[in-house]
Amino acid sequence: MYKIVRKKVLNPTVTLMDIDAPMVAAKAEPGQFIILRVDEDGERIPLTVADFDREKGTVTIIFQIVGATTEKLNHKNEGEYIQDFVGPLGVASHTDGLKKVAVIGGGVGCAIAYPIAKKLHNLGCEVHSVVGFRNKDLVILEEEFSAVSEKLCMMTDDGSHGTKGLVTDALKQLIESGEKYDEVIAIGPLIMMKFVCALTKQYGIKTVVSMNPIMIDGTGMCGGCRLTVGGETKFACVDGPDFDGHLVDFDEAMERSSMYKPFERSKYEEVCNLYKNV
Amino acid sequence: MPNMSLKKNDMPAQEPDVRNKNFKEVALGYSEETALDEAARCLNCKNKPCVGGCPVNIDIPSFIHKVAENDFAGAYDVISCSSSLPAVCGRVCPQESQCEGKCVRGIKGDPVGIGRLERFVADWHNEHDTGAVSKPVPNGHKAAVIGAGPAGLTCAGDLAKMGYDVTVYEALHLAGGVLVYGIPEFRLPKAIVRKEIDGLKALGVTINTNTVVGKTITVDELFEQGYEAVFIGSGAGLPRFMGIPGENLKGVYSANEFLTRVNLMKAYNENSDTPVQHAKNVSVVGGGNVAMDAARCAKRLGAENVYIVYRRGEAEMPARNEEIEHAKEEGIIFKTLNNPVEILGDEHKFVTGMKCIEMELGEPDESGRRSPIEKKGSEFVLDVDCVIMSIGTSPNPLIRNTTEGLETNRKGCFVADENGLTSREGVFAGGDAVTGAATVILAMGAGKTAAKAMDEYIRSKE
Repeated sequence: MYKIVRKKVLNPTVTLMDIDAPMVAAKAEPGQFIILRVDEDGERIPLTVADFDREKGTVTIIFQIVGATTEKLNHKNEGEYIQDFVGPLGVASHTDGLKKVAVIGGGVGCAIAYPIAKKLHNLGCEVHSVVGFRNKDLVILEEEFSAVSEKLCMMTDDGSHGTKGLVTDALKQLIESGEKYDEVIAIGPLIMMKFVCALTKQYGIKTVVSMNPIMIDGTGMCGGCRLTVGGETKFACVDGPDFDGHLVDFDEAMERSSMYKPFERSKYEEVCNLYKNV
Repeated sequence: MPNMSLKKNDMPAQEPDVRNKNFKEVALGYSEETALDEAARCLNCKNKPCVGGCPVNIDIPSFIHKVAENDFAGAYDVISCSSSLPAVCGRVCPQESQCEGKCVRGIKGDPVGIGRLERFVADWHNEHDTGAVSKPVPNGHKAAVIGAGPAGLTCAGDLAKMGYDVTVYEALHLAGGVLVYGIPEFRLPKAIVRKEIDGLKALGVTINTNTVVGKTITVDELFEQGYEAVFIGSGAGLPRFMGIPGENLKGVYSANEFLTRVNLMKAYNENSDTPVQHAKNVSVVGGGNVAMDAARCAKRLGAENVYIVYRRGEAEMPARNEEIEHAKEEGIIFKTLNNPVEILGDEHKFVTGMKCIEMELGEPDESGRRSPIEKKGSEFVLDVDCVIMSIGTSPNPLIRNTTEGLETNRKGCFVADENGLTSREGVFAGGDAVTGAATVILAMGAGKTAAKAMDEYIRSKE
């Protein structure tokens, strides 16, 4: 069992938790992920590491409530325990030799983009962050991004905070204004990463994306997380989760992520009703 | 007087049409009466060929003799001298090619039902067990085991019995390895695996689940923590795919994924939060025991038609006869001498069919089996909405990629000598991680051999 030592509601649909997991905290690096199970009947879900504290032995996760498992997790409180927590899994993000990078985060994907921006900043790299949310109420980590970025572009779909528009609009403007990036790192919904990649391809800027497909074990055993990258099948759990975005078949990844939609919806409703009746 | 009946006592089983709709155990086990009758068929021959056929060398005639004498507890003691997982082996060992294959009674008639008797004895023990275990006297030495599957658990059990302080590191949330994620409930009830693992814990073995060696901790760090020898029994968990078009469509699974969802995550159970496709028509590609397990699970999840598609003939299938027979009885349709060439999907990328080509057998290949050759122009489409690839697995690279000086072969298997010693001092390996995918009992044998070698190695340094 793994203790929740801190819980913080970041917005109505996104929650942060620090989990007591010293062995994971000792090894975790930005870009890696963990797999957790909330309870005995729970499914195994992957969540990318949002932060870690090696001294305290804690790992931070930030999750959006999108289904049964994240709903159950969100009902757990500080001081309570979750069943399983394993990691760190996957390959850490490559940060070597980068001098100037644009970090793009979309929605809860910002939770994963932030530790990378922070690491790059600490390594002396110039970081321009472009973060996008649906509206003002869903904004997370604004101060944190601001602290590690030379430039921060805040975008909302409805213009209720920052500039109205998509992250791709802001990125395009930055590139057009003459900013030269060694690399673009994009983390967010598949559709956002797809369009960021389409844009950067035009300018020939290397773009790294973090993939978060359906998986079970996270160690290469099930193959459920397979993706097509540059025409080859890759396992996101062991070959990734970071990949060259210009080579990823996003359309296939989007289709694959919808495999269990009806089941997920009915489980979610079941769990919501359960909490309603309590 | 021995029982000279040429036939072995039948194993009582659930009716095929009933069992293919539930996940309860298929084979129900011998009654005491049947066990006594079967035990009386053993001639107690002097040279004991059966023992030589057992990878862990159980003194078979001796335990059967105890059964015949109605001393079931004594029979269990004999088995447990050599095997740490008797209730498991009695169920999943390929006895026909091991102990029973060597039985003198098999020359004319059926061999003695050794596997069925082993299961009877183990189940009798589990029913009557008081849980009282005399903990071995600690010898002051520490050993680590990677992987809580058959090889690792056997190695851990043997080391613990010698007095070692043993810790097992397991990547998944539950100990058991292939016994819990691969072999289905109806062939090996998970309560039995749990019982065997509880037995190991009672011996003093510590099992750390949720620990991926190669990620959470490395082999070198285990030595730094004071373990004097390390056994790697990490299995062969990496699934293979065919590399044909359409393999990433929705509804295509590796057998590993499908079985893990069903067995480890209990997706057949309504309470489970883990989804699995409840397909109407399923094609399982492959001819091994894993393929049979996947097909039988798919049937139990409610599929109308389940096909086994295998590129060679039935005679060449690597699955045990018993598994093939059970699958057929349950209504699995065998399409041998067929090979998939493409998986077809709809506009939403769900599987709609599998294009196959007929095969014929040519000259024997390097495996000694006649190699399959495509029949030109014989393509046809099998109407399925789910495809399960069960064409083998290879060892996981996580440990070899993070451990210096650990030699592996072309297939990624650890190179180990006959005692399990690898190219690194103090590091031993066994089971599927060394041999590639094989059987539970061979892995157990390797775990046993390695435990002995680890003991000798640690003592030699004193």
